[in-house]
Amino acid sequence: MTLVEKILAAHAGKKRVSPGEFVNVRVDLVLANDITAPIAIREFRRIGVERVFSPHKVVMVPDHFMPNKDIPSAEQAKLVRQFCSQQGTLYFEVGRMGIEHVLLPEQGLVLPGDVVIGADSHTCTYGALGAFATGMGSTDIAAAMATGDIWMRVPPTIKLVYHGSLGKWVGGKDLILYTIGALGVDGALYSAMEFGGDAIDALSMDGRFTMANMAIEAGAKAGICRVDNKTLDYIKSRAKRSYNTYEPDEDAQYSKVIEYDVSAIEPQVALPHLPANTRPISQLGKVEIDQAVIGSCTNGRLEDLEVAAGILAGRMIAPWVRCIIIPGSQQVYLDALKEGLIEVFIRAGAVVSTPTCGPCLGGHMGVLAAGERCISTTNRNFVGRMGSPQSEVYLSSPAVAAASAIAGIITSPEEVTD
Amino acid sequence: MLKGKVHKYGANVDTDAIIPARYLNVSEAAELAKHCMEGIDPEFVKRVQPGDIIMATTNFGCGSSREHAPLAIKTSGVSCIIAKSFARIFFRNAINIGLPLLECDEAVDHTEAGDALEVDLSNGRIKNPTKGKTFTAKPYPDFMAEIISAGGLIEYTKKRLESRGAKSEV
Repeated sequence: MTLVEKILAAHAGKKRVSPGEFVNVRVDLVLANDITAPIAIREFRRIGVERVFSPHKVVMVPDHFMPNKDIPSAEQAKLVRQFCSQQGTLYFEVGRMGIEHVLLPEQGLVLPGDVVIGADSHTCTYGALGAFATGMGSTDIAAAMATGDIWMRVPPTIKLVYHGSLGKWVGGKDLILYTIGALGVDGALYSAMEFGGDAIDALSMDGRFTMANMAIEAGAKAGICRVDNKTLDYIKSRAKRSYNTYEPDEDAQYSKVIEYDVSAIEPQVALPHLPANTRPISQLGKVEIDQAVIGSCTNGRLEDLEVAAGILAGRMIAPWVRCIIIPGSQQVYLDALKEGLIEVFIRAGAVVSTPTCGPCLGGHMGVLAAGERCISTTNRNFVGRMGSPQSEVYLSSPAVAAASAIAGIITSPEEVTD
Repeated sequence: MLKGKVHKYGANVDTDAIIPARYLNVSEAAELAKHCMEGIDPEFVKRVQPGDIIMATTNFGCGSSREHAPLAIKTSGVSCIIAKSFARIFFRNAINIGLPLLECDEAVDHTEAGDALEVDLSNGRIKNPTKGKTFTAKPYPDFMAEIISAGGLIEYTKKRLESRGAKSEV
C-alpha cells in the first residue's frame, strides 16, 4: 500500500484498502472557518444530535474575513464563537488565531498519520506532516461533527520525485507551481500526490507546507510527504498526544510515477487566470504591478518572511506599488518581530497586517480595482479572485514578490540583489 | 424527469466564478443565488428559469470548498449540471445537498447553449430533442447512490445514527 492507503486503512479499521474503494474513516480533527462553519453548524443542527462527537477534535478558526470586515461577517463570526463556546470545541479568537493552515500545525493539532478533514480546500496543507488531510464542504463537516467519521473514496496515488538541488532563489513555491504547470489544474483530479526525492528531503518544513498546500490546485485530494527527521523535529515540541508514522510499502502501487530534475529550474510565475498557467520568470517579459501581497496559508510562515526581508532590507518599494505583508499567525508575527523583520518591512515602505486570509480571496486588506495587477504569494489567480473581475493576479514565491515590489515590475530576485 | 434549457460553459469553471468570495459574508441560500455565476456570466441570474441545466466541459467547480457554490446554483432554479468532469470537492458538495450532477462527454459534445434537454435521473438518460439524440451518463457508484436516495448526506447521517442507536440499545 502507499502512504495514503496505509493511513486510510488504519482509520477505516481494515487490513488493506485499494484505490476506488469506498470506506468510512475515523477522523482525528475536523476543521471549519468563519465562512464555512455557519453552514456546517446549520446542517449539524438539522441532524438532531446535541453534542459534537468529541469537542477536542473539532476546531474552528475565524480567519477569512477577520478581524470582522463588515456587519454580516461579524454576525457569522458571532455565530461560530457561540457554537464553539456552547459545544466546548477548540476555537482561536482574534489575537490568538492565525490563518488556519499555518496555525494548526504550529499548535501541534495535526500530527503524522492523522486523518484531518476541513471545510477549506487548502486543508491538504497538513500532508507536509505525513497526515492525510483533505478539503470538503460544510455538510461533510456537519456529518463528521456528529459521527466522528466520514466517507471517502480511496484515491490513487501519484508519486512525484524531485531530483537535484534547488537554485538560490528557488523554493517549495516554485516546485509546486512548476508541477501544477506540468500537470494542469485537473492533472491530479481525485488523486493523492506523494512528494519525494532529494529536493524534497532538502526542503524545510515551511517549504513542504507550501507544496502540500497547493496540491488542490492540480485537483488532488491530498498532497503528502513522508515523515523524516525534519518532520519529527518540527513536532517534537508541539505534539501533546501520541501519533503513528506510516511508510509506503516497497511494492506500493502508484497510478503514475513522475520524475523531475529540478536543479536548473528558475523561479516560476503563474499568469492569470489559472495556477497552471506557469512560466519561468525569464520568459515573462515586462509586467508592471500595482500591488504585491506576501502571506497566506501558502506563504505566510517565518521562512517566507525571512526570504522577503532579506530582499527588502535596505531597499525601497517602488512608489506606485502597495506591498502588503501578512504573517500567518500571531506566533509568526512575534517571531518576525523578534528577528527585526517587521522593522525591515516598514522601513521599505510595506504595510504589515494582522493574520488574515483577507486579500487572497478578495475579502479585505488589499482588494484590487479594475485594471490593477498584483503579484501574490497566495494560491489562486482565477478571474476576480482578489477583487474586480477586470484585475489580474500573478502567483509567485515570496522572493519574487519582494523583488517585484522593489522594481515595480515582476522581477527575479537576482535583478535586485547583488 | 427534469426539463430545462442549457446554459453552456467551458473548462475549469471555478468556485470564484460561480460565487465570488465577496458575497460569502452571508450563508442564506436566496442571497447567494442572487450572485450565481456572476464571475463568469453576469446575466445568468436574469436568464435562468426554473429547471434549467448548466453544462460545462471539464473540471467544473474547481477551487475552493465553499458549499455556497452548489447552494447558489441549486437555489437559482437549476435542476442539474452535466459536465465531462467535476472537481472533487464540488462533486461531494452537490451530492450532499441534493443537486444532481451527471458526467457525460457525448451530451456535452452534442448540445448547444439554449437546447432544451430532458433528463431522467433514474437511469442517467439525457435526451436532446432539438438534435434528435439521447445520451447516457456514467452511473453513480452504489455508495453515492445510497446518499442520493436518502435525500442527501444529512438525511443519510440521521439514518446511520438511528441504526447505531438501535444497535446499541439491543
